[in-house]
Parts: sequence; C-alpha cells; structure tokens
Amino acid sequence: METDFTPWASLGGGVLIGLAAVLLMGLHGRILGATGILSGLLRLDDPADWSLRAALVAGMAAGPLVFLLVTGAMPAIDLPVSLAEVILGGVIVGIGVSYGGGCTSGHGVCGNARFARRSMVATVTFMATAFATVFVTRHLLGA
Amino acid sequence: MRLLSAFAIGLIFGLGIAVSGMINPAKVLNFFDLAGTWDPSLAFVMGGALAVAIPGYRLVLRQPAPALDTRFQLPDTRIIDGRLVLGSATFGVGWGIAGFCPGGALPALGTGSLDVFVFILSLILGLLIARHMQRRGLSRKPA
Repeated sequence: METDFTPWASLGGGVLIGLAAVLLMGLHGRILGATGILSGLLRLDDPADWSLRAALVAGMAAGPLVFLLVTGAMPAIDLPVSLAEVILGGVIVGIGVSYGGGCTSGHGVCGNARFARRSMVATVTFMATAFATVFVTRHLLGA
Repeated sequence: MRLLSAFAIGLIFGLGIAVSGMINPAKVLNFFDLAGTWDPSLAFVMGGALAVAIPGYRLVLRQPAPALDTRFQLPDTRIIDGRLVLGSATFGVGWGIAGFCPGGALPALGTGSLDVFVFILSLILGLLIARHMQRRGLSRKPA
C-alpha cells in the first residue's frame, strides 16, 4: 500500500512531539517515553504517580479527537498486516521495550535529545531490525 | 494542576503523533520498506522532534528542579549491555511486524480502532511476560 510523502505535516507533528517531551521534563521532570508511562500504569503502588501517567495517556488518546475537531476527519489508520501479526508484533514489542528500557519516544526522542549513549545504541539497533524485518516480511516471505 | 498539565502535555504529544503520520502503521511500515513503497516522512518526524527537544532539554535541565515537581527523574544507568541491545533488537522486529510502536499506539487508542486496542493488549501482555521473566531471572541469582 502506497502512502503519500508528507514532509511538512511530519515535521510539524515532530515539533509537537518534541515540545511535549520538553514540557514534561521542564514541568514534571520526567522522560516522555511511552514504554515507561505504560509500564508504570501496570504498577499500582504509587497512586500520585499512577494518576499522572493516566492523565498523560488520557491526553494522548484525546489527540486524535482534537485532530478530528480541527480537520473534520480522524487521522488515518491503515493496517496493511493481519490481526495475527498485530498480536504477535504487540507481544514482541512489549518484551523488547521492557528489556531495552524504552522505545521510539523514550530512547529515540528523549534519550537522543540529551545525547545518552544507551539511547543512541538502542535507536540504531531497533531501526536496523525494523528495516530488516520489513524487508523479510515484504520481499523474502512476499506478504 | 499537576494532572491538568500532564493531560495537556499528553494532548500535544497525541496531536503530534496524529499530525505526523506516526499513528498510521501503513506509513510507519513504508518508512522501513526501502526496497518497496518507501515513504521517508518519518525521518522528518524524528528530525522535527529532535530539533525542538535538543535545545529544549538543554534549557530546562539547566534549572535546579522541574516547575511542578521536586527533581528530574533521569535514568541513572549508562551501561550498554546485551540486555539493551537484544531488547532493542527485539522491539524493532515487533515494530516491523505490526507497524505500531507504543508511542504511536497510545494516541491511536483515541480513534476507537479495534486493531489498536488489540495491539495495546498484546503490548501489555508482552510487558507482563518480560516482567515475569525478569523476576524469575532475579530470583535465580544468589543473594
């Protein structure tokens, strides 16, 4: 499935993502990492911490609704893979980010923004295996 | 105030994910498909985010403490080990299979898509599996 090249929208969206990361650090002193926020929600021992994470996730989920209000349409979600692949990919992502200590937002944006060597290594690694995986599934297995 | 601020920050992030196209697995997978329907947009997302986060972090981390909390919570580990690399490599494989990453999927929940919900549940399952494996690994180590 082809998708349009959208440099300006992607750049603008990226700026918002970076802004959110800076605000979360400047106001709350935290890394804006989806992995960390989600795994913290699975712990129930610190109610104040839990409510902060829940508010973050609620805000995130409200993002597409604001997009809908402004543009008149929900952002497109096209899934070129099967539901089985969504489930398999989801479980693998969960295990990987847990051991790797972060994902695209935590390592890719926040960690790299403060030039953390761990995050640079993580980012290069997960980008490389994602490129390799898509090559295998689309061109070798011929999905 | 704390929660309202967290909600607003989540909203900026979620809107950024929606506008940028990171919310759409078709676009994410095309970024990784160099040999096929390549869409370079996502490089612009990362570029935009880092262009803001690098100077922004530098600015806020110079402050003695975050505005609404007592201290900055930054990862204290600097160790680059097999766990970081293998975990990140695993994440990339899952990302390449499903097309969703955690930071893309949390905002996508707001679209009401069932696929996203299934992905998040699978992701949580993966996080719990990893947590279980890590606990068992810890308990096997001598005290």
